[in-house]
This record gives sequence, C-alpha cells and structure tokens, in this order.
Amino acid sequence: MAFEEKQAWALAVIAVAGYALYVVLVLTGAAGRPLVDAPYVTPLLWTIGLGIVAGIVSGIWFGIAARDDGLQADERDREIGRFGDHVGQSFVVIGGVSAMALAVVEAPYFWIANVLYLSFVLSAVLGSLAKIALYRRGMA
Amino acid sequence: MKPTKVTNSIRALRFARDEMKQADLAAAVGVTRQTLIAIEQGKYSPSLEVAFKIARVFGVSLEEVFQYPEEE
Repeated sequence: MAFEEKQAWALAVIAVAGYALYVVLVLTGAAGRPLVDAPYVTPLLWTIGLGIVAGIVSGIWFGIAARDDGLQADERDREIGRFGDHVGQSFVVIGGVSAMALAVVEAPYFWIANVLYLSFVLSAVLGSLAKIALYRRGMA
Repeated sequence: MKPTKVTNSIRALRFARDEMKQADLAAAVGVTRQTLIAIEQGKYSPSLEVAFKIARVFGVSLEEVFQYPEEE
C-alpha cells in the first residue's frame, strides 16, 4: 500500500472516530436537556485538537515505517492528492454556506459551530475516501 | 473507472531484461513501486516524461513500451 494511501486511511479513521466521540460526549452532556443547551465547546475543541495530533503522529509513524522504502510520493500520488482535496474542499464550501445561512437567520451558535464541524469531518472523510478509491480502482 | 485504452509491454520488457524487478524499474524511473505496478496493470496513464523514462531504461522507442490501439 502506498504511503499516501495509508495516510488517507488514517485520516478517514481519525475523522470518523473523533466525530463519533464528540457526538457521544455532547449527547451524554445534554442529559435530557434540549441539544442546543448541551455543553459542546470543550468536546469540540478537544476532539479537533486530538484529531490534529493523531494525524501528525500517524504521519510520523508511517514515515518511520516506510523509511527504507525509498521514494514515498510521486506524480500519481500528487494527482490523487489533488483530486481528493478537490472533493473535500466542496464540503468545506457547503459547510461555509450553511453556516452563513444559519447566521443570517440568527440560529443558535450551537448549530453554526456544529454545521461547520460536520463539514470539516465530511471534507476529511469523503476526500480521503475519494483518494482511497483512486488508489484501489486506478485513475487511467 | 474504465481502464485506460493505452496498453503497455512493460511486463514483457522486464522479463526480457533478466526478469527486472518492479522495484528496480521504479527506482530507475523515479516513481514508487506502487505507481509502477499501477502503470503496468493499465490503472494509471503516466506523464509523457515518465513514459519516456521507462522507454529509455529499456533502450527502446516509446511505442514499443506503450501502444494505443485503433478504435474499432
């Protein structure tokens, strides 16, 4: 498996796991109250922070594991990377527009923050899945 | 995704070269082994530069490595 494909798998898993943890923490924190009253800022910041750290650590880990493999990325990896980033970018835009719409109607901060977080997660997961699909099925 | 219409003779050329390993060819060309495998299997069409480098390693013309069959 290519170094960059391992990275894509790691990013997808980290993003899903981090968001799942966040959802569980917010739902348990709500404790029967309306969701908008649930404490979400601390779980949000922690899961985003841990996700970033986990992404860096996994990159270092795979880098060390592949240190004797010679070249780790080439023109194909860069093409696949650009395509995956393009797919992921579209979800960031959708999230930004959704957050703007929520702000215009003066929706609670809870929903604005959460729609942005969800768009980041979808961007990471679907961008990574697009890369994995190209690695597996080819891009001729 | 449909496989490329471009076919190649890399596998045959490698075997004609004392069963040259994919890793050795990849290193000579400057791509990863995974990319060389994808090219050989027709899952990735390389850039012209990489295509020329592959032909140069085998000492043959580009069309002896890559072929683009006429449409039927």
